[in-house]
Amino acid sequence: MERVPILKIGPTLFVSIQIDLQDQSVVQLQEDLAEELVATRATGVIIDITAVEIVDSFIGRMLATIGSISRLFDAETVLVGMRPAVAITLVELGLSLDGVRTALDADQGLRMLNGHS
Amino acid sequence: MLDVAFSASVKTVKRHIGLSLVDINSGQGRMADFLRENEAKLLDRWSEIVFAAARGRASADEVRAELADLYGLVVRAVSGADELAMGELRAALATLSRSRARSGFSPSETALAVFSLKDTVYEFVADTAAMVPEYLAFARTVDDLGLSTFETYAAAREEIIKQQAEAMLELSTPVVQLWDRIIAVPLVGTLDSARTQLVMEKMLEALVANGATHAVIDITGVATVDTEVAQHLLKTVMAARLLGAQCIICGIRPQIAHTIVSLGIEFGDITTKATLAGALEHALRGSGLKVGPA
Repeated sequence: MERVPILKIGPTLFVSIQIDLQDQSVVQLQEDLAEELVATRATGVIIDITAVEIVDSFIGRMLATIGSISRLFDAETVLVGMRPAVAITLVELGLSLDGVRTALDADQGLRMLNGHS
Repeated sequence: MLDVAFSASVKTVKRHIGLSLVDINSGQGRMADFLRENEAKLLDRWSEIVFAAARGRASADEVRAELADLYGLVVRAVSGADELAMGELRAALATLSRSRARSGFSPSETALAVFSLKDTVYEFVADTAAMVPEYLAFARTVDDLGLSTFETYAAAREEIIKQQAEAMLELSTPVVQLWDRIIAVPLVGTLDSARTQLVMEKMLEALVANGATHAVIDITGVATVDTEVAQHLLKTVMAARLLGAQCIICGIRPQIAHTIVSLGIEFGDITTKATLAGALEHALRGSGLKVGPA
């Protein structure tokens, strides 16, 4: 099973998803992220989905869940790099990802977190 | 008893049809000869009728050249010796009716070009009683051709309409850049699902291309806003939000504001501004810029 690496940049955890997400790797990512959040006491999480071309309701929900998990550790989640096609799919699926903030790219995402803290 | 009587009558009908078909086919040879012999006269008269109907949209020479080609094919097809002639004739007629559809002829004018061949031939055969069966058979062939012209005309028209609709769709969804990282989408016309999809795609692509953080949706040109249109607008805003951009809706006209409130449509936490200027100011402030007198 492929694992998604979690990088620590200052007070922020950076997760770049560059593989085809399987259910198992998603669950693993959620566990890893929770552990990292506790270990590093990070205040922000950036999830980069530039490489994600296909989403389904499962992945949509997974993104929302990650947002909820992070909030439990007082960390804010910013979803960056969503493709237009992915956004349209999520909207059509009725998933608006209310608990998650979004930014156009990683740069703006970082700025958003820094401005917040 | 009934079955027997029925099958007998079917046979009679069949024999009858068979007979008439034979008649038609045997008559066509003489008709072909007739057409060949009187080519110049018939063609002149035919061109005259068609040219009169064209009312100046085509020159006499053009009409004559067009019809001369067709006439040759008709003679070949009617004589029955040439198997390919009928197909060629239909193809030539299809080309003709397509070009007519494009240059704005009405369907009846287009079909008339073919049907008038009947009139022309009739004028010449009316005196000879012997030619009447041949003429009837010939008229039937021409009717067939006329109908197929009609069909091609309709198909060509539909194609044109489809192309125009697509062109209009493309034209009616511009995305303009107002400022660094601020884009505007002026919406004109009605918002249905297909348009919304296109607007959404174009706007999101522009958001990514410009790295925009704010999108202003101007609905001054949207004729009516009902619950469906509102739903479409909300979807667009939602999609932009997923990309990390903030949407501002502006240009809601007074009557439309009234409708929106009466229908109980909620725009939620989406920022709405009265004018494009207001929306731009809001977006500029949102980007950390100050607007004020110099």
